[in-house]
Amino acid sequence: MTSPTTAPPAPRGRVPGALAALGRGGAPTVALLLALIFAVIATQNPSFFEGPPLMAFAKKAAPLVILAIGQYLVIVSGEFDLSVGSLVGAQVVIAARLIDGEEAMTLPVIGVMLAFGLLVGLVNGLVTTLLRVPSIITTLGTMLILFGAVRYWTGGAPTGALSEAFRVPGRGGVEDLPFLGQLPWALVIAAVIAVAGVLLMRSPYGRSLIATGDNDVAAAFSGVRVWRVRTLAFVGSSLLATVAAVLIGGYAGVTAQVGQGLEFTAITAVVLGGVVLGGGRGTVVAAVLGAVTVEALFTLFNQLYLPSTIQPTVQGVIIIAAVAYAARRGDLRLPERLRRRPDHPTERPLGTSRR
Amino acid sequence: MTRATTSVRGLWSRLGTTGPVYLALVLLLAASAVYVATRGGNLFTTANTVDLFTRSSLLGFLAIGQTLVILCRSLDLSVGYVAALSTVVAATTMAGDPSRILLGVGAALGLAALIGLANGLVVTRLRVNPFITTLGMGLIIKGYLDTNFQGPAGAIPAAFQTFGYTRIGVLPVSTLVMLGLAAAAVLFLHRTRTGYHMYAVGGDAEVARLSGVRAGIPTVTAHVLCSVTAGVAGLLLAARFGTGSATVYGNGYELEAIAAVVLGGTYLLGGRGGVAGTIAGVFILATLDTVFNVLGVDPFVKDVMRGVIVIAAVAVYARGRHSRAAVRVRFPSGGAPPPPAPDPGPRPEPEPLGGRR
Repeated sequence: MTSPTTAPPAPRGRVPGALAALGRGGAPTVALLLALIFAVIATQNPSFFEGPPLMAFAKKAAPLVILAIGQYLVIVSGEFDLSVGSLVGAQVVIAARLIDGEEAMTLPVIGVMLAFGLLVGLVNGLVTTLLRVPSIITTLGTMLILFGAVRYWTGGAPTGALSEAFRVPGRGGVEDLPFLGQLPWALVIAAVIAVAGVLLMRSPYGRSLIATGDNDVAAAFSGVRVWRVRTLAFVGSSLLATVAAVLIGGYAGVTAQVGQGLEFTAITAVVLGGVVLGGGRGTVVAAVLGAVTVEALFTLFNQLYLPSTIQPTVQGVIIIAAVAYAARRGDLRLPERLRRRPDHPTERPLGTSRR
Repeated sequence: MTRATTSVRGLWSRLGTTGPVYLALVLLLAASAVYVATRGGNLFTTANTVDLFTRSSLLGFLAIGQTLVILCRSLDLSVGYVAALSTVVAATTMAGDPSRILLGVGAALGLAALIGLANGLVVTRLRVNPFITTLGMGLIIKGYLDTNFQGPAGAIPAAFQTFGYTRIGVLPVSTLVMLGLAAAAVLFLHRTRTGYHMYAVGGDAEVARLSGVRAGIPTVTAHVLCSVTAGVAGLLLAARFGTGSATVYGNGYELEAIAAVVLGGTYLLGGRGGVAGTIAGVFILATLDTVFNVLGVDPFVKDVMRGVIVIAAVAVYARGRHSRAAVRVRFPSGGAPPPPAPDPGPRPEPEPLGGRR
């Protein structure tokens, strides 16, 4: 809406100005949205910003932020990872079963979980890149496999118990701070991962990842090893899902439903941040803001006393609206780019007459 | 690339994707029959055959519609929710009264068509990624169902329940209806203009547009038809349960339908494939389920096997497809896609790649 009026249609389409930036559908837009939601929350519950409630919110939001960063890596490279929800569930169940209440087992089991996450990521990535299975199918398959395998292993219901040490990252924090009360470890971990993510995307690897998502053939011609870059993205997503599983397990404990539907929430968060499905566009910061926004929305629903069953409806309306808003500008090339998915043989035919 | 491999590829491409799928189905049936026989069972008893056909009808309805959508390079993740909504609408509208059967069917299918229309318009007009559109639509329906229908709702008159249970010999009526619908869909794709346009739009929307196809119409049509077939699947579920059950959306139908479509050789990125292959894919999944049932496999192991099989099958198809499509069309000067560059110097990726050309 703003771009045709604020600036002449520059061929580059880069409209300067804060207004246009707000309308572009990336980090600024979602930041505005987040500010709005926080404003509404503040009117409903003025004490929300008084330290402890805010930190409680951060503790709750941290796992989704971490998952969203992992999902971002995969989405920006032009793929999907639908297996993260199942992976989180599987990891929590594995942790409970292997630790079984013994404090001494905590660190070794976390090591096992990381190795397992690495393995799942490698399988996802290699099957997608080397066997050329579309990532939706690959990760859907791993989702089914993890879901079934973990339940078969535990006989249907999770068994065992988590140790106290295992629950510290999800629940504990630096206590007795002046204003905040408790600074949750979850927030610290999420912040560290977010900063690492930003730095990663500025590294040569991050550039290759975005180039791969934008146009994998061009990236391959410029010397990017597409399969390796994408496989690493899947590995990153699975490892971050493992970290999120440690936090979620610590925060919420072990149930059979842990992780259910998290993959879609993470994708919602990433998309809300204006990261384009199909790859090549978007930033880590936007994904993080998207995750915080989604979590803030859930908090707002709670405060408005909406029945929890109505939450999916609102979530559905919001994702559609957010993506429609991002796609709304008068750029004619956008629809095609938005709907583009990777690995399509007739996409951008390099070898045809247009050369 | 030698002449021999080219001719083999030529043969493969002439065979299309449907032939191998049916071949795989026959092989799977034979192998399972033999395996079940060695375990002292019989795969082709009446009960097992009926079970196989019954399983295939429900999945078939969902997969036929999904095929059309995927051909247009779209996706529908809302079919499970639409089916659940359709059971509830049909059951509450009929309310056990046989004279309201038509009304109930009409209401369920009409609502499903409206949802499909909404999906299609959001995808084409608002340019929202179909994954997100239909995921969002599914969530919207889920919220409505969860809020308003906690348990079973309405009642299906006995006359309509026959749709779920009647069978001719070993063939349930619902399977016959499904096969009839599949035949209609095949004719639609190969005999009508909109059908051809679906392939065109799915192959390359921009080229289709330049050739004078209005890209929106086939996509919207596909979404409407997909939701209607999901509505039919819901009617079948309602007829079987005898009541409206809002919670059937939790059975993962949409994922299974997509798996059947992909297993049937339809390209997930659109433009290639067809309903005939999908039906084979449906029967492959139904056969697997039946065999697992006969062998008494743990249901959780079933999930694992299903995941492995779907990935493996798609990997096998992808090999054949990419070897001829990606390589030959894309690099006509001959040669494989570029090997990893020998000098991986830290080349700054040009930023304009991310912009528009």
